[in-house]
Amino acid sequence: MNKKLSLMFLAFGAIAILSGCEPLTVFNPKGPNAQTLSNTIILSIITMAVILLVVYVLFAFMLTKYRASKASADYEPPHEEGSHVLEITWTVIPIIIVAFLAIVTVKTTSSVETTPEGYDNKEPLVIYAASSNWKWHFSYPEEGIETVNYVNIPTDRPIEFKLYSFGPITSFWIPQLAGQKYAMSDMLTTIHLAADEIGSFMGRNSNFNGRGFAEMEFEAQTMTQADFDQWVSDVKANEKPLTEEKFKELLAAEHVGRSSYSSTHLDFSPAPMAHGDMDMGGMDHSDMDMSDEDMNHEDMDHSNTDAESTHSH
Amino acid sequence: MSMEELFHPLQEPMILAAAISIVVGAVVVVAGLTYFKKWGYFYKNWLSTVDHKKIGIMYIAVALLMLFRGGIDALLMRAQTAVPDNGLLDAQHYNEIFTTHGLIMILFMAMPFVIGLMNIVIPLQIGARDVAFPRLNAVSFWAFAAGCGLLNLSFIIGGSPDAGWTAYFPLASTDFSPTVGNNYYSLALQLSGIGTLLTGVNFITTIFKMRAPGMTLMKMPMFSWSILITNVIIVFAFPVLTVALALMMLDRQFGTKFFAMTDGGMDMLWANLFWVWGHPEVYIVILPAFGIFSEVIATFARKNLYGYKSMVMSMVVISLLSFLVWAHHFYTMGHGVMVNSVFSITTMAIAVPTGVKMFNWLLTMRHGKIQFTTPMLYALGFIPIFTIGGVTGVMLAMASADYQYHNTMFLVAHFHYVLIPGTVFGVLAGYHFWWPKMFGFRLNEKLGKAGFWFIAISFNVTFFPLFILGLDGYARRMYTYSASTGYGPLNMLSFIGALGLAVGFALICYNIYYSWKHMPRNEKADVWDGRSLEWATHSPVPEYNFAIVPNVSRLDEFWFAKKEGRDITAGKIEKIHMPNNTGTPFWTSGFLFLAAFFAVFSLWIPAIISMLVVFGFMALRSFENDHGRYISVEEITETEKSLRGDK
Repeated sequence: MNKKLSLMFLAFGAIAILSGCEPLTVFNPKGPNAQTLSNTIILSIITMAVILLVVYVLFAFMLTKYRASKASADYEPPHEEGSHVLEITWTVIPIIIVAFLAIVTVKTTSSVETTPEGYDNKEPLVIYAASSNWKWHFSYPEEGIETVNYVNIPTDRPIEFKLYSFGPITSFWIPQLAGQKYAMSDMLTTIHLAADEIGSFMGRNSNFNGRGFAEMEFEAQTMTQADFDQWVSDVKANEKPLTEEKFKELLAAEHVGRSSYSSTHLDFSPAPMAHGDMDMGGMDHSDMDMSDEDMNHEDMDHSNTDAESTHSH
Repeated sequence: MSMEELFHPLQEPMILAAAISIVVGAVVVVAGLTYFKKWGYFYKNWLSTVDHKKIGIMYIAVALLMLFRGGIDALLMRAQTAVPDNGLLDAQHYNEIFTTHGLIMILFMAMPFVIGLMNIVIPLQIGARDVAFPRLNAVSFWAFAAGCGLLNLSFIIGGSPDAGWTAYFPLASTDFSPTVGNNYYSLALQLSGIGTLLTGVNFITTIFKMRAPGMTLMKMPMFSWSILITNVIIVFAFPVLTVALALMMLDRQFGTKFFAMTDGGMDMLWANLFWVWGHPEVYIVILPAFGIFSEVIATFARKNLYGYKSMVMSMVVISLLSFLVWAHHFYTMGHGVMVNSVFSITTMAIAVPTGVKMFNWLLTMRHGKIQFTTPMLYALGFIPIFTIGGVTGVMLAMASADYQYHNTMFLVAHFHYVLIPGTVFGVLAGYHFWWPKMFGFRLNEKLGKAGFWFIAISFNVTFFPLFILGLDGYARRMYTYSASTGYGPLNMLSFIGALGLAVGFALICYNIYYSWKHMPRNEKADVWDGRSLEWATHSPVPEYNFAIVPNVSRLDEFWFAKKEGRDITAGKIEKIHMPNNTGTPFWTSGFLFLAAFFAVFSLWIPAIISMLVVFGFMALRSFENDHGRYISVEEITETEKSLRGDK
């Protein structure tokens, strides 16, 4: 009965997941990297469903065939040591399945960790996304603008989010565009993505970081390159620059609404070094201390070539 | 810290009510013990006992209490999220509840339950009269109890930890968690962790050195094997926790910067240390359950365990792999394709030995004669439900896909699908199975089965919706969500399931009361027609376990002896050496508790004084001349006669 119930749930789940009228967020990707992840997950669900089926059929068979009520009173179950053939079979088949999934994993992991296929020839747009308390700061070094709690991105262009945090570890996640990644105070991580469609998507921090965690959401809006350029020039023309004083005020606040600025905080409060640089340079990263306002620009330049190149545009 | 700050949790009406009920409960117990003049009995037979069976029973009693504490936490969480924008709990309260729910269920429910069962069963199953270090065993229990008490005290005095049971830095640092909550975390876990580590040493020694004559390792029952391997994992994993917690305490209370955001501190170092312990911990609670299922399925299918050798091998492989997969807890930290791929493969590899076990259990039932007793129902229910947990585990192991599951309800659903059918069904199977061995009467089967069905069905209603919610982008640990997300209906379904689970666990408790009142006493020793040595001695088990230690020549010796009509416990009775009871472990841990409690509030002078008392007890022990005592042949003969019913 219990088994039937589980099967029923599984069937419901599969229906909801695979054919539901409104697909679940993760199965409703709007960009190539999220699409890869969605396909990977569906592939793994199908593979796993086959395994479940085998176990359930075997289980049902054993329970119906060998229950005590069906055996005669004097039936003595035999002594069985095991069978090498069977045991090797159910070791080797799972190894094959795991090997298959391992190949899929390595391939898809490396594909979502780079510029999406088909976008290689386009210049990526770099956006710094930093979390503080329960808000997100988005800096566009190339455009020289900054937004809080919303991010606009052009479609059909690779995007690189550079993530870090002014506090606890957070996880940057726009499920319909890409899988998540941690933002940490002492290193920079990168998410690659691209958007195929125009729309508004939910983005949030998914790593618990205290009291205001539940409300730590932002809107990711995708638009054509032309609309994006228009928006950038509007911000440049109409918004005030972000002063260090204003930025400190923002950092200290718990929740704030949306806002836009015609300069970025990267000039006076640069991002930490990129993840991985740590092992190579053997550098003392105490000079990466982000709460240190006196930190000068050179610190960033030698630690982060990405930032350097975008600044020189 | 002002008094107002100290007792601020009591301003919350629910906490105040809980605190009052604890005080009332304590007063009732103390008054009852005084009225019935049972203090002496209680102290002599329980507080100062070194008998592994009684220590085991105390472990299980605490574990059951904690199951209810953690269960109430769970109900509150499900109630809070049952409808969008619910105001039942505020964010702070919710954060404390999910933190302590995790801590309590893993460290103060699952693990002590497992340790309790192994305390009771292992010496019996390997034909030993005691554990290797009986007094150390009492120290282990009381250190664990002190840690457990400390963590539970936190919700009344000073505030509970609220940074998640993983306590990731820098969130858990004083910068972002300035209350004493996470001081409680580091100290309560430290105390109980030390207790667990001592248990590990004790049981490895017991299993290696005290098996009955003839019982080579490969003739040892599967539960004993699982416990041996579990304790090896404990001994390797727990020192990491000890060090991590010590560093945490230094960071929080002495201003060091191991995990800080500034001055070279590395937040991910904590995550690494935590999971280097934390992942093996998962196997510490699940391997013993695998052992229990092996015993239960073999007993009630009335067949020997299929593929014994590959079962042992698979457990050894799982234990090794358990140390090689910790980074799968933070694939999204950005450590690159190479590292993620390696950890993906080691993680998925665990599915192979686990699958081997699954098929061996299924094949054990082939040609069997399956009896659907309560313990067997738990073992059978485990198979289909745990398989869902297992396959979703493989899905989560795929690093790329995990970028979408990480920190979502999908993950929450997965680990509940592993831990509840695995560990909880495991310990409940063991609890129903060995209950007559502990107390000499059975638990009522009807109530037991009703409890099982409530739990098994409600479990799926509670946790299956969470898979779907996770795939819909619902992050874990959110105390509320807006109606526009559409998460409401499935959350409500999950809450209804949680209520069903509560009914199931209430039935289990009621069953204790009912069976104690109504079930017949002096149940025969071998209630289930069992296979291993624990069934060869009386129920309840006499202090010395076996009057005659049996000789073993093969696996399931007791079973074959029964078939051949041999009595393996026959022989000439000789006097038996037993350790003396001692109250020292109880009092030592009492002062350890005080030291930790003062340390939580950085009151170092009283903490140091309490610690000095602890060291004083240890020093005293080194001068003590305690050679134990002998139970005379007459006394043994007398006990044996009365336990046999003197036929």
